[in-house]
Amino acid sequence: MSDLWQEMGPQLWPAFWLTIQLTFWSAIGSLIWGVLLAGMKVSPVPVMRWFATGYVNVVRNTPLTLIILLCSVGLYQNLGLTLAQDNSDFIANNNFRLAVLGFILYTSTFVCETLRAGFNTVPLGQAEAARSIGLNFPQTFGLVVLPQALRAVIAPMGSVLIALTKNTTIASVIGVGEAALLMKEELENYSDQILAIFAVFAIGFMIITLAEGALFGWAAKRWAVKR
Amino acid sequence: MSTQATVLYDAPGPRARLRNRLLAVVFGVAVIALLAWVIAVLAGNGQLTGEKWEPFIQWTTWTTWLLPGLWGTIKAAALSIVLAIVVGTLLGIGRLSDHAWVRVPCTILVEGFRAIPVLILIYFMYFLFAAYALFPSSQLAFAAVVFSLTIYNASVLAEILRAGIQSLPRGQTEAAQSIGLRKSQTMWLVLLPQAVTAMLPALVAQMVIALKDSALGYAIGYIEVVRSGMKVGSYFGNYLPSLLVVAAIMIVINFCLTGLANYLELRLRGGRRKTDAPDPDVADLKAAENVPGFSGTGHPLRPNHDDRRF
Repeated sequence: MSDLWQEMGPQLWPAFWLTIQLTFWSAIGSLIWGVLLAGMKVSPVPVMRWFATGYVNVVRNTPLTLIILLCSVGLYQNLGLTLAQDNSDFIANNNFRLAVLGFILYTSTFVCETLRAGFNTVPLGQAEAARSIGLNFPQTFGLVVLPQALRAVIAPMGSVLIALTKNTTIASVIGVGEAALLMKEELENYSDQILAIFAVFAIGFMIITLAEGALFGWAAKRWAVKR
Repeated sequence: MSTQATVLYDAPGPRARLRNRLLAVVFGVAVIALLAWVIAVLAGNGQLTGEKWEPFIQWTTWTTWLLPGLWGTIKAAALSIVLAIVVGTLLGIGRLSDHAWVRVPCTILVEGFRAIPVLILIYFMYFLFAAYALFPSSQLAFAAVVFSLTIYNASVLAEILRAGIQSLPRGQTEAAQSIGLRKSQTMWLVLLPQAVTAMLPALVAQMVIALKDSALGYAIGYIEVVRSGMKVGSYFGNYLPSLLVVAAIMIVINFCLTGLANYLELRLRGGRRKTDAPDPDVADLKAAENVPGFSGTGHPLRPNHDDRRF
């Protein structure tokens, strides 16, 4: 047991820190790309709606493992896309950024669908009332529709973020040294202490996901739309 | 839809119509340019040559790699969903039990397994089964994938079932009690049948998730469709085309299942009084609210959902 701790202990925080970094950058990217997709999906321009619908249907139905592999094998190894500078950390940095790219492409579809559903929770009468008192599009959108829609999607966005946090473990298939990869290595080295290793990593992930759940749950209650 | 007012856009007038058409043209050209660029890059890297794609019109490629891989994916997903329905029902009912010694362990299991990634569960199961030789070594990866997916999907389904039972009108329980049914009879004869019908679309949607998650078996060398795609890639030296073919297969299957889920939802909603059925989008959001650590914030349900706009 003490061997395990001496070996694994110092590596735990760096591995989980990488998990948190993967989650953070993917979340930022998915939010931006997801908002753009949602904007296209609800726009009055048919071509944009077709594009967004097609993108969401295709990407959401693909296994994430496959998307991550496509980013690594397809984009990098076959097409030569590099996202990092050519120095000693090249492989680690490049794999990390390719994984983030994969997570953004995948998670943004869920962000898009959640936002679209959020707009639908706002009754049409709200927009009609806003227009009838002479508000223009930016005012109707920014002052009336968006605030209500955003408040309705806080909790579902929390679910998307938690799912993303859990999905970042898939980066281990292209060798990003986050928590799941460390766990696999430790399981290989200490096959007599499987339960202890699993408990450590399970608790680590629970701390992250339950904290996210509690934060978003609190925020959703705090800003719930009373109708 | 473009001629009709929505919550975001008023019905377009002459100027807005002109602007929309202009936007459509610009965006259409941009998309076509993007596609052309992708094709040019692929062609420039020699990914569009006949020899890269030719293996997929040979029947042996399918019988040797892709079909066994697909069977591995479907086998693992289907088996774990069937097992998850059984385990999930027990866990879901357990969470609603009046006895704390049943309720508390069920709650801990459901919340715990939804809070951890499936992949670390798969690693754990794989090494656990290997260390104690619980399964023959050829079935080790399969067993690890099925067990992990079962545990995870069971806890998700338990939560869906619990929400379904709790959303039933209180009068159902009261009526059942007033005609003298016992607690277990109330659950099995009155509440559960109604909740199960209502969660049928969610069940099919969970099947899509299970199919996608079974690709996690890739990480422990389970022969599923992504692994078999990589094998085709390494044999013929065409990784990108093989992965794209595998992606196309999975997208078609999952797209059909999603269509089935939507059809079921439409049928189920059609069969009920309108005021009973929650707004589809509010229902989506509530379902998505399945966050470990807290149980829903309870969005108000909109009584009429005729104006589903997007």
